[in-house]
Amino acid sequence: MSAEGARDQEPVIQIRQLVNAFGDSIVHDHLDLDVYRGEVLGVVGGSGAGKSVLLRSIIGLNRPVAGSIKVFGQETAKDDSEDLHGLQLRWGVLFQEGALFSSQTVAQNIQVPMRRWTPMREELMDQLAAMKLALVGLPADSGAKLPSEISGGMKKRAGLARALALDPELLFLDEPTSGLDPISAAQFDDLVRSLKQSLGLTVFLVTHDLDTLRATCDRIAVLVNRKVKLGTIDTLSRDPDPWIHEYFCGPRGRAALTEHA
Amino acid sequence: MRNVAVHLAVGAPATVRLDRAGRTARLVLAGDWLVGEAARMDEALRALDTAAVNELVIDASKIGRLDSAGAWLILRTRHLLESKNVRVADVLLPQNFRPLYQRLESEALAPAAGFHRRRSFADFLERTGRGTMHIFHQTYELVGFLGRITVETWEAILSPGHELPWPAFIQQIEETGLTALPIVGMLAFLLGIVLAYQGADQLKRFNAEIYTIDFLGVGFLRELGGLVTAIIVAGRSGSAFTAHIGTMRVNEETDAMETIGLNIAEILVLPRVLALIVSLFFLTFYADVVGIIGGMVMTYFDLGITFPAFMRELEGAITLRTLLVGLIKAPVFAFVIALVGCFEGLRVERNAGSVGRLTTRSVVESIFLIIALDAAFSVLFSVLGV
Repeated sequence: MSAEGARDQEPVIQIRQLVNAFGDSIVHDHLDLDVYRGEVLGVVGGSGAGKSVLLRSIIGLNRPVAGSIKVFGQETAKDDSEDLHGLQLRWGVLFQEGALFSSQTVAQNIQVPMRRWTPMREELMDQLAAMKLALVGLPADSGAKLPSEISGGMKKRAGLARALALDPELLFLDEPTSGLDPISAAQFDDLVRSLKQSLGLTVFLVTHDLDTLRATCDRIAVLVNRKVKLGTIDTLSRDPDPWIHEYFCGPRGRAALTEHA
Repeated sequence: MRNVAVHLAVGAPATVRLDRAGRTARLVLAGDWLVGEAARMDEALRALDTAAVNELVIDASKIGRLDSAGAWLILRTRHLLESKNVRVADVLLPQNFRPLYQRLESEALAPAAGFHRRRSFADFLERTGRGTMHIFHQTYELVGFLGRITVETWEAILSPGHELPWPAFIQQIEETGLTALPIVGMLAFLLGIVLAYQGADQLKRFNAEIYTIDFLGVGFLRELGGLVTAIIVAGRSGSAFTAHIGTMRVNEETDAMETIGLNIAEILVLPRVLALIVSLFFLTFYADVVGIIGGMVMTYFDLGITFPAFMRELEGAITLRTLLVGLIKAPVFAFVIALVGCFEGLRVERNAGSVGRLTTRSVVESIFLIIALDAAFSVLFSVLGV
């Protein structure tokens, strides 16, 4: 879906005048951002630019100083916000290292949301877990393994399978390709893209990885100077801001972009 | 748990209907086939009676919404029917849901098996065996570690140009000794009160309540003061040693030290062992004094014995030797606590869970060893007639 076409719709995530601060250091200064249905929005920024804080604010793990965040029209950032259960069923979150529950097998991890929210029988949950494993490209026997017995890349896939357990409409990915070798990272990019197509997902993707941005994202939000700048790779690479210029037009940026041009 | 139906609500409930026409049939699916409906549809599809049907069309063209759970149920139904020798002529789906269905179709779906770990009796026996062997192995390695630390310590002390890490030593004295004063003092004081109260209660029956002081003095100075202090310090500092060194292991700090050519035993272990020996010795003395004061306060209120009278009786009951017998054990306990704490810390593997597990183990082991050693001391002292 093109970015322009998406504009007409009601945004899935609507952030207005968001302020986040820790002590004296201000992370977000009256930041506005919209995410539209069906798009993959890539969020980039330097270390400490507040990418993860932004993500945590949206999903209600971090209470901002001021501003409003609406997901599917429901406020997530206010003290008086009603409980987020209705939203938690409609979004899935992949944390950086997968955040799998270490005492449970991979399949049991995938079944945690199902067990919490649906009355399904064990057998059906086992079958659905096997289906999710196949969907994220994990071998069937990995379902019986404990998180400590699988590699980092597999943990991320398993975490993604758990995030997809209840077929959410909105998916949050926190640096899904960091710490993966380039081949696994490229496979993960393909996975995100094909899942987005087949499941009709909206994806909020925090990353450092230029290849991921190029391969998966419809629009890119750059966090710089406590604000956000939106665009595509093309428009942002012409941005005058020195950090953005260095990011997209520095040696690594150019390599990632020209290689596939 | 909340009402599930409210949260996973769907627009139009999913439905299943089987239209028979002789030996052929049409399986009509409609409504929203979403994960919230999966449990209900699972039942409905299972209850389907396809006897005498040998050809069938799955007509899902009236489906409103479809997610992967719904798509998978349709796919499963198809496989199930085919395994019952019913030919599935076609699966009709709205255009926009075809990619999802085809995607699931293309995945080789292996049977879901062995996803749940169950614990059997055989497993229990196996774990018991492993645990027993582990204890022997652990003891062997701990002795090995003791040897290694001793040798490396001597090398560090004797080699010229090496200076002992005094700043680390001072810092450890502060962390293990000074900051432990409030908790050790509090507990010793309370323990003194408890001992005096219980002693007085029993001895009153023989009109010998004055001997509460003897009981308190000997009991606290010889045994309890040292034991309780060592146990608190094991829980406080032994665990801190394991957690700190363990965290360094997780961060690969110890590996970095080794590649730079630093001696881990000298930098991490030696200051801790020496500092704890000094700290625990003084902490024990401090606990003895505070404990006696606690007993003194209690005997004053409970028995009406004034402080000067208490001191006179105490002087007759204990000698310097009583105090020293208690204090001499402190350095040994400290050595064991520090050694076990550092040993377990250095065994931490490169994951965060391992830090917690080994910290727990370090405390349990050092408390066990303290009590075992205390018993050994009692036997030793009685043989020596001290």
